[in-house]
Amino acid sequence: MSEKVRLATVWLDGCSGCHMSFLDMDERLLEILSKADIVYSPLVDFKEYPDGVDVALVEGAVSSEEDERKIRTIREKTKILVSLGDCAVTANVPSMRNPFGVDAILQRAYVENATVQPQIPAADLPPLLPRSRPIHEFVKVDVFIPGCPPSADTIYFAVSELVAGRIPDLSARARFG
Amino acid sequence: MTVEELHDIAMSEREAQGEYLHHIHVCMAAGCLSSRSDKVKEALEAEVKRCNGEKKCLVKGVGCMGPCAAGPLVSVAETGTMYRGVTPEDAADIVQSLGKEPVSRLVYPTDTPFTQRQVKVVLENSGKIDPERIEDYIAADGYSALLQALTSMTPAEVIEQIVRSGLRGRGGAGFPTGLKWTTVAKANGGRKFVICNADEGDPGAFMDRSVLESDPHRVLEGMAIAGYAVGASQGYIYVRAEYPLAIKRLRTAIRQAERQGLLGNNISDTQFSFHVDLRLGAGAFVCGEETALIASIEGKRGTPRPRPPFPAESGLWGDPTLINNVETFANVPPIIRNGGEWFARIGTEKSKGTKVFALAGRVVNTGLIEVPMGITLREIVYDIGGGVPDGRQFKAVQTGGPSGGCIPEQHLDMPVDYESLVQVGSIMGSGGMIVMDETSCMVDVARYFMEFCMTESCGKCIPCRVGTAHMFDLLTKISEGRATADDLALLEELCDLVQNTSLCGLGITAPNPVLSTLRYFRDEYLAHITERTCPAGACQMRR
Amino acid sequence: MRQSVRVKTLKIDDRDVGAREDQTLLEVCRENGIFIPALCHLDGLTPVGACRLCLVEVKGQRRLLPACVTRVEEGMEVNTATERLKKYRRQILELFFSERNHICSVCVSNGHCELQSLAQQLGVDHVHFPYRYPRLPVDASHDRFVIDHNRCILCTRCVRVCDEIEGAHTWDVMGRGINARVITDLNKPWGESESCTSCGKCVHVCPTGALVEKGRSVAEMAKRRQFLPYLTLMREGKQ
Repeated sequence: MSEKVRLATVWLDGCSGCHMSFLDMDERLLEILSKADIVYSPLVDFKEYPDGVDVALVEGAVSSEEDERKIRTIREKTKILVSLGDCAVTANVPSMRNPFGVDAILQRAYVENATVQPQIPAADLPPLLPRSRPIHEFVKVDVFIPGCPPSADTIYFAVSELVAGRIPDLSARARFG
Repeated sequence: MTVEELHDIAMSEREAQGEYLHHIHVCMAAGCLSSRSDKVKEALEAEVKRCNGEKKCLVKGVGCMGPCAAGPLVSVAETGTMYRGVTPEDAADIVQSLGKEPVSRLVYPTDTPFTQRQVKVVLENSGKIDPERIEDYIAADGYSALLQALTSMTPAEVIEQIVRSGLRGRGGAGFPTGLKWTTVAKANGGRKFVICNADEGDPGAFMDRSVLESDPHRVLEGMAIAGYAVGASQGYIYVRAEYPLAIKRLRTAIRQAERQGLLGNNISDTQFSFHVDLRLGAGAFVCGEETALIASIEGKRGTPRPRPPFPAESGLWGDPTLINNVETFANVPPIIRNGGEWFARIGTEKSKGTKVFALAGRVVNTGLIEVPMGITLREIVYDIGGGVPDGRQFKAVQTGGPSGGCIPEQHLDMPVDYESLVQVGSIMGSGGMIVMDETSCMVDVARYFMEFCMTESCGKCIPCRVGTAHMFDLLTKISEGRATADDLALLEELCDLVQNTSLCGLGITAPNPVLSTLRYFRDEYLAHITERTCPAGACQMRR
Repeated sequence: MRQSVRVKTLKIDDRDVGAREDQTLLEVCRENGIFIPALCHLDGLTPVGACRLCLVEVKGQRRLLPACVTRVEEGMEVNTATERLKKYRRQILELFFSERNHICSVCVSNGHCELQSLAQQLGVDHVHFPYRYPRLPVDASHDRFVIDHNRCILCTRCVRVCDEIEGAHTWDVMGRGINARVITDLNKPWGESESCTSCGKCVHVCPTGALVEKGRSVAEMAKRRQFLPYLTLMREGKQ
């Protein structure tokens, strides 16, 4: 038997709903894990994104300098990069700040609406990019799975195809929203 | 008015003007007026009066003389002497020199290719007659074509002459005028309209404005002849409100023509009635598109609608409508006067007659020119235009405005006709012609025209509304050195999409400036992208 | 009086079909079960040919023609689903998504939106044109309805239904190009409109979540537009 597929899942600027949907595959996860090893994921305890990843499912938009650095590393080390869910595919809810600009948003969140100690956090937090954008505006994306979140069935279908070495045809299975 | 009466007016006007020994013409078109030619005219009149020469010397305000950059322009009709950059202080010298040696310091040379290579049909009266006096137009054979048509030709015979002349629409697309007239004439419907498109909007183009300011009656006469030929009794001139002088002179001309019975009911005691009204455009470029223009006249938002049906079948208020551009109508009176064959002898096999161009940019002589079709671009740029100044290198000539393209050195010997221009990726357009030297960046030029199309898009159809905005952003990115090869691919993809899916001509042709500069100057785009430099030194890089 | 209407035969996607001479290609295609996408077209309203999704190839025609306004002709040969047309349709849908802020996941019309479902149907799984993220207002000044310009695709169905069916002409379009947007009265807040009859037709013909009823939460705003062909039919019957 050939080696297992090296699978990663990544959480950028999203609500983790896509990861919840991923977990909603329930017992089907076992079937996937018989063909794939999860080598990096917020669900497991790996600190560094490893080399030689076959398939990476990326949830979330690219919203901070940290996100941008991560996605470029991921692209370098990954064969097939999958935008998982609307935030990754369209920037979705994170992009709702875009028409207003970073300063206005931080002001609103940390000063105007703060009841105690209104201040904009600066230290130890990655600076936000001027706009929150979908992954494919930064790096090449191989597969798009729209949906907010994509259903467990859709993710199962997509991942099964990917671990079998095929590019999934998701038309009729996924849509924005 | 009868033919005889018209003849009498012409004779007495010619006699009256012939009684003067000297005729000083002062250009009173917008170009020279902006450099205060009205003050020059006043000074000349005062000087003539001071010398008690009112009976001997006529000072006359006339239309555009052509070399607008050299204004204010003054000419002495009987000797053909032309003066440039005249100030009110020069008036005494000019009047004193009449009948003697011209004032050498002011002389504008007329024995140059700029004047000699031109052939004037549309502009035959420009700079010669007073546009505010109908008598002066009549003395120059004005309205004789209309009366000739009304009294001795059937509508079919009039159209026959237009067909034979081979005249094609001067608004840009070059549709055969005779065919258009035939279609409207044959269309069913009791009520028909004639519309003159004077919504000249290309940046830098002022051919139509000049014709309207210099010879407004010619356009009215052309429209009336068209009305007779197609069976319309109402005409509209849709003129942009940014042309106040043209509007004023048109209003004067309409009033005069009505008073003389050359417009109105039962012209020349025939069954034919023709009224002309003005409609002022509010400054939207898209209203130059015929269906948008018609919507605007109807009082609606000026947006185009899909064709067919074409206006010839269903136009203004759903009735058959003939819509031609100013220059097209201005060609009609001489065609009727001299016959279609006469006109067809000028120009090339498929492009007949002359074309007026607003020559601008990096050439020695800028201004309004009229040249026979088939002349080469090289002749226009180097002979008439006098070549590129300051020892710089010619790079490209832009024709057709935001719908056209940039033509490089290698195609300069190509004849100027509708088909050839399309073949090299540009269009004849309405007549804007901008010469560029090596200091012009082609990405920047494309970006300029795309910005124009983006802001002038009406917003009705999605490819033009959003596509032009995306293309503008991409061109900005390229010109600032922030673009990648993917951006260039995206730009080309959008060009294809917008060109093939837009609703009207504005969107369909909006990618042309990009496509033509990509075709001839792709290296320049690549330099911005890969080396992040602007070879022409025009763009500011922002990495 | 009996009017004679001629019948034409033509070929659509290599199928022979018959049509009345006053029919458009779109009508004939839909009668024959041939799918052509459209967002500005709605049965019962004057077609405007603005969304360009219904463009088809007609043999002998250099340009693509909008099926919603193109009349049938004898012997016409029409292709409605070539690869080229499919590509253009996907690109046009992407232009719509990139133009304003369509966030399907939080939209009251999620699951009931024509733009969203066409994207799915035509295989648009992402938008490769850069999003523009314009800053646009939401007008909630009307008692019962809301207009969210972030979700408007300028199909002008609201303008037409208000003018042609309701007869109020409350809606129109202002501005040019990318800055165009629909307005009520002379760009007054909707709630202050003197011409609006609050009939709600505009809301129900709106293909997206731009025009909605107040009080609806995400995915709750399903539209009812069955009334339109019926209304038109009744009116024509009376005339």
